[in-house]
Amino acid sequence: MSRIGVFVCQCGNNIESTVDTGQVASDMKEMPGVVFSCTYKFMCSSPGQEMVRQAIKDKRLDGIVVSACSPHMHEKTFRKASESAGLNPYKCEIVNIREQCSWVHHDTTKKIGTRKSNDLTRMIIERLKKNKPLKKINIPVNKKALVIGGGIAGIQAALDIADGGREVILVEREPSIGGNMARLSETFPTMDCSQCILTPKMVEAELHDKIKILTYSEVEKLDGYIGNFTVTIKKKAKYVDESTCTGCGECMEKCPFKADSEFELGLNKRKVIYTPFPQAVPNIPVIDAPNCVMLTKGKCGICAKVCGPGSIDFEQKDEFIEEQVGAVVVATGYDLMPNERFGEYGYGKIKDVVSGMQFERLASSSGPTGGQIFRPSDGKVPEQIVFLQCIGSRDEAKGVSYCSKICCMYTAKHTMLYKHKVHDGQAYVFYMDIRAGGKRYEEFTRRAQEQEDAMYLRGRVARIYERDGKVVVQGADTLSGTQVVIEADMVVLATALVSRPGADSLAQKLGIGYDKYKFYNEYHPKLKPVETVTAGIFLSGACVGPMDIPESVSMGSASASKVLALFSSDEMAREPIVAAVNKQRCNACWDCVVACPYTAIEKEEVKDRQGNVIGWNANVNEGVCQGCGVCVAACRSKVVDLAGYTDEQVFAAINAF
Amino acid sequence: MSEELKKVATGFEPKIMAFVCNWCTYAGADLAGTSRMEYKDNVRIIKLPCTGRIDPLFIIKAFENGADGVLVSGCHPGDCHYTTGNYHARRRWRAFKNLMDFTGIDETRLQFSWVSASEALKWVDLINKVTTQVKAAGPFIEYQGLSEKYDDGLGELPAETEGESKEC
Repeated sequence: MSRIGVFVCQCGNNIESTVDTGQVASDMKEMPGVVFSCTYKFMCSSPGQEMVRQAIKDKRLDGIVVSACSPHMHEKTFRKASESAGLNPYKCEIVNIREQCSWVHHDTTKKIGTRKSNDLTRMIIERLKKNKPLKKINIPVNKKALVIGGGIAGIQAALDIADGGREVILVEREPSIGGNMARLSETFPTMDCSQCILTPKMVEAELHDKIKILTYSEVEKLDGYIGNFTVTIKKKAKYVDESTCTGCGECMEKCPFKADSEFELGLNKRKVIYTPFPQAVPNIPVIDAPNCVMLTKGKCGICAKVCGPGSIDFEQKDEFIEEQVGAVVVATGYDLMPNERFGEYGYGKIKDVVSGMQFERLASSSGPTGGQIFRPSDGKVPEQIVFLQCIGSRDEAKGVSYCSKICCMYTAKHTMLYKHKVHDGQAYVFYMDIRAGGKRYEEFTRRAQEQEDAMYLRGRVARIYERDGKVVVQGADTLSGTQVVIEADMVVLATALVSRPGADSLAQKLGIGYDKYKFYNEYHPKLKPVETVTAGIFLSGACVGPMDIPESVSMGSASASKVLALFSSDEMAREPIVAAVNKQRCNACWDCVVACPYTAIEKEEVKDRQGNVIGWNANVNEGVCQGCGVCVAACRSKVVDLAGYTDEQVFAAINAF
Repeated sequence: MSEELKKVATGFEPKIMAFVCNWCTYAGADLAGTSRMEYKDNVRIIKLPCTGRIDPLFIIKAFENGADGVLVSGCHPGDCHYTTGNYHARRRWRAFKNLMDFTGIDETRLQFSWVSASEALKWVDLINKVTTQVKAAGPFIEYQGLSEKYDDGLGELPAETEGESKEC
């Protein structure tokens, strides 16, 4: 027989005014297995807790029920008190007779409240009799982090974790880290040169002895759980030996073949052996295999002939690297919506219609024009330039429903960059609304309009076509109610920010959630903005949604602080509310495996003494299991159970109803 | 429902069992209390981590123990603390409701609703609505009557389940 103590709190007058706590205590004393009951004014106060501790010791209680406020308030308090009195904390249960009883039933005769409190307490007492003592689960933590994506968010996260003294592996898909920020000319609202503020960070990451950078690499697979992930990274063949290459650039100079530059977004050519941009980190070229004549036809090989250290290796193969890490930061960034979707704006047909990012390259001093703004078709300086905002953004029919957030700001910046370079030129902006929320952002867009002469027209553009070497823009100015026709030399489209291609397949590899636009989901959009539903995986930057540089950097640092907190001790304790399989009776139907939202259930081999596989059963990985119990209800043979919410406990409570 | 049963229902207060998830509905019900709202006192809550934990057997067991109605409530679609648990719950609930319909049980006895942690008012309205509807449906005599009416030729069923429920 159990020895249960029942403690009924009056909560000052909060409970007592509609519940006769004395009556509840004496009624519960009559229950089988209850050996002690009492009431007190404030059970959560120090004397109240002392009362609980004393009773546990004096009456040798093997379980306690506290009828008080919501378990969300003081469950921890009383479980701690139980533990300090030598009682397993999971043998302490709370009955909610305040939020869900005394506060919602205003009957001052106390009849209703007392009856309901009695019922609720009785159910929990019966439940408690079936409670098993549980132990917190300790998980060892491997103190090495993986950062996926080498843009500004990823670099920041890697640097902060490394500065905290922990090792970091930074994986980047492209041949160099830097991401989209490396493409930008200048940054709003301060107008400092993007490369000038980014490259020092890139170099710092490269030289940091705690950071290992793997470029031209992708995450192939992630197994394991918080503190104990195993990641498989595919390192694509660069055909250049990184250990001997000095980055002299002789090969790039002598390579006779060219291809479109991805980094310059088709505005320029690059060699077939190349680094994406001069400040690339690491400064080691890669061979673009599909375009290399040596690799495709076996002829040429000039780069190998001119290479002093003999680093060119045409035999190199893709390599798979396995690493053990304890935490993962995902910072895969964004892409621009393909402009080809917007035929009415002439993109792809009219050469002088470019995207915002292409304009960044034209305005950048390291870009294809050396920072001079020329039109792509004939290299003339555009005298009239038109910027169109919200291309695809806030347009559910043709694009995406969300606001891309940074376009208002970068378009204002573009008009200034243009004005600073073409003093007599005129910039026009077609906008829907100006959204400039942020420190010094509103002032910045005002400056573009008031001091830098940009002509802002509120309205949409209907059509863009070519006539006599001009790009004619037909639109509406809704503020003056007139049709506008501008014979422009060049048009820049502020296309929507979208998630990276392959963002969904990466999310599936990692086991994190994503929305319908394939942006990754935070655990909680407000209170847990960098965590994901999978413990140990954190998010940074524009893979979560459109965001500017300061926000991406903040998220990078925030993720790093979460990782460092996780790495601060050798073991991590977690709640023991996890599922377990009765393996003797599991018949391996895998319904639980399908149902589990965390892929926490593995298919385990059953072997005989000779090591032959004779069967299978399900096995719950305690590190991954979050304790939702979906598998328990899904199991047809009722062999999975959830500690803390076992079938036995729930049925006991229902039977006491 | 027969006229006879309706007579029994006069002055009747239904017993309703609610299975709610810890993260949304339980917190929503807490908020109703913190906001000092008032609702009918017929419902007894059982807290579970997620509505996905709810086994159809829980519902049967609740009816067996004299519940006149059962309410299942959890996070809104897409808001589940455990990503997809509430979808499992919804699917099971749909199947179970069909089964109840097939056996001729009034569907209002089993209700389902999404209540988030901030929807205290929705919780209050829901409890009041469910209580009124179950009250109108009358006591769930059909279930208790089953063991008496059902004759499989094997003699009387052991009365242990019934005894258990009466004890409480």
